[in-house]
Amino acid sequence: MLLEIRELYASVGGNEILKGVDLKVDYGEVHAIMGPNGSGKSTLAHVLAGRPGYEVTRGEVLYKGMDLLAMNPETRAREGIFLAFQYPVEIPGVSNVYFLKNALNAIRKHRGEPELDAMDFLKLTREKAKLVEIDEDLVKRPVNEGFSGGEKKRNEIFQMAVLDPTLAVLDETDSGLDIDALRTVASGVNQLRNPKRSMIVVTHYQRLLNYIVPDFLHVLVEGRIALSGGKELALELEEKGYAWLEKEPPSARSAVPGARGTERSPAEI
Amino acid sequence: MEAVAHPDDLFSAAMADFEETRFKGERAWVGGMRRAGMTSFSKIGFPTAKDEAWRYTNPASIVRTPFRLFQESEPGRIESGAIPGGEAPRLVFVNGWYAPGLSRGTFGPAVAFNLRQAMAAEEGAVQASLGRIAVPLRHSFTALNAAFLGDGAFVRIPRGAIVEEPIHLVFVTSPGAQPAASHPRNLILAEPESQAKIIETYIGADADGSSAGPTLTNAVTEIACGEGAILEHTKLQREGSAALHLHRIAAAQGRASRFDSHNLCFGGRLARTDIDVVFQAEGGECSLNGLFVTHGSQHVDNHTLIDHAKPHCVSRELYKGILSGRSRGVFHGKVIVRPDAQKTDAIQTNKNLLLSREALVNSTPALEILADDVKCKHGSTIGQLDANALFYLRARGIGEEDARAMLTYGFAADLASRIRVPWVREEVERLLGGRLAGALEAA
Repeated sequence: MLLEIRELYASVGGNEILKGVDLKVDYGEVHAIMGPNGSGKSTLAHVLAGRPGYEVTRGEVLYKGMDLLAMNPETRAREGIFLAFQYPVEIPGVSNVYFLKNALNAIRKHRGEPELDAMDFLKLTREKAKLVEIDEDLVKRPVNEGFSGGEKKRNEIFQMAVLDPTLAVLDETDSGLDIDALRTVASGVNQLRNPKRSMIVVTHYQRLLNYIVPDFLHVLVEGRIALSGGKELALELEEKGYAWLEKEPPSARSAVPGARGTERSPAEI
Repeated sequence: MEAVAHPDDLFSAAMADFEETRFKGERAWVGGMRRAGMTSFSKIGFPTAKDEAWRYTNPASIVRTPFRLFQESEPGRIESGAIPGGEAPRLVFVNGWYAPGLSRGTFGPAVAFNLRQAMAAEEGAVQASLGRIAVPLRHSFTALNAAFLGDGAFVRIPRGAIVEEPIHLVFVTSPGAQPAASHPRNLILAEPESQAKIIETYIGADADGSSAGPTLTNAVTEIACGEGAILEHTKLQREGSAALHLHRIAAAQGRASRFDSHNLCFGGRLARTDIDVVFQAEGGECSLNGLFVTHGSQHVDNHTLIDHAKPHCVSRELYKGILSGRSRGVFHGKVIVRPDAQKTDAIQTNKNLLLSREALVNSTPALEILADDVKCKHGSTIGQLDANALFYLRARGIGEEDARAMLTYGFAADLASRIRVPWVREEVERLLGGRLAGALEAA
């Protein structure tokens, strides 16, 4: 088992967001996580990457059998965890290639591999840039600075391709992409699927799953996984929405479409 | 005389030095300038913390120390290899005095030697300009510099000459046991249609600064940029940890001339640079680029004044500060647009990065616009390293220290990339981030 999340509780700024998440991901599997706004999808992604300020209050996460929560963000990355950000950060004055070369060599050093020299690195980036159809000029520019939304997301997948992670967590990589950009990004992701690499694809929309077909799908509702199933679950969700998975009886809320209680006490579903 | 002299302060030390000092072979008109400087200085006295221009930089630590004049006979201690710039030609001054043994090479068509020699060999040119660009009026340290006008660098770029090799002027402070001062005076004359790059480097000979007494460098650089001349002026300051450093750079620009300034400030215990630029004719352009990086308890002050006295001139100013420890930074930038300076185009920006809770910066950009058809804007920011960016880098495997260094470097990268002399840019990159140097080359 690559990743095992047990009874995970986490808070951000004093608000409890994750309320007992259980999830197992084995090598080579692609898991999709869907759920309504505020259900904790992005929080889960950031907790896995080790974002400061995301406090785990209960539970444990085993990654390759190790205590993931005891590792700092850079160690997690060096151990093969990659988070594709929903909102990639602009870093003025630092070129993409420089940043990525440092990142890759930090990872290689951790693995006991020799650092790549400039020539080998250039060869690698050229090859991977083709994979995600990213313009080589973007690769040389400061990280994400002045990139369009689509270029930023493509840059995330490009970084993923270069850094070759074991577990990739894609946080709403589809949001804000038009259909062409979505196809390109999905195609890049699909080419990176292999039996040694696992992925957790967090998305708000079923659409992405037409292009990245998951092995498993989980629905996160109010900080817990309310339902798990195969890829066919996505179609059911598209048809029925999430309301029937929340605590109140569906009949009670269908009368007020779009209304959503925020102060309901946690209860078993 | 306004100021009250105490027996052991700079004022009384300066008075005593002025009485005792006789510069060998001094010309009568130079003696006259020195006496006039002393008279102005006695009248003006030293600034106090109540002076607006010294509001954030308390002059007390300068004024209360009895710095005596560095004597020409005192040998400085500096290894030739400790001077940056590699094998490039240079003029070197130690404690304000020309050091022919450390100087080398020539500068193509440019006339460059020490000011004392120029007072004889280029007497007409020197007499016509010296003290006329950086006037002592209201500037007590400029007046004090004039009172001890002994030596410094003289550079003349003849009409139409294009000097490829940067002209490197090096000022070394080599402390003794007692507090001591130097007053270098530099005169740079870029004649019409000429082009040159000038670098002024200020360094301390005490790498560790441990055993040395405090020093005061009180430098004045006067620059005349003739019609159509293009001059790039770089100041690289990394004096020792016990050094007080004052430098006034005054530039007067002729018609359609261009003046680019890089003010790079890393060293000293207290360092203040004043840069004054005046457009004396139409069509001039200037860019003032500044970078200051402070640690520990350093205090750095940069005051700039751009005087748009004539129409159709363009000024661009970008100053950035990176402050850590308990250090203090001051940026005061003023742009004046005179009543008939229509079509002025001025942008002034100051950005500061605070790397610790105790660091502090005072930023006061100021526009004074007296014309009505102009494009002017200014802005100032003070911030910390972006937590999102820091996490982004760490989430890619880059260690926290490296991530901080990378972001800090990125903050200053635009200024570093504007430096065109390779060794200066490398030096700045080294001072900015050690092993992160080369970030731009990797691109």
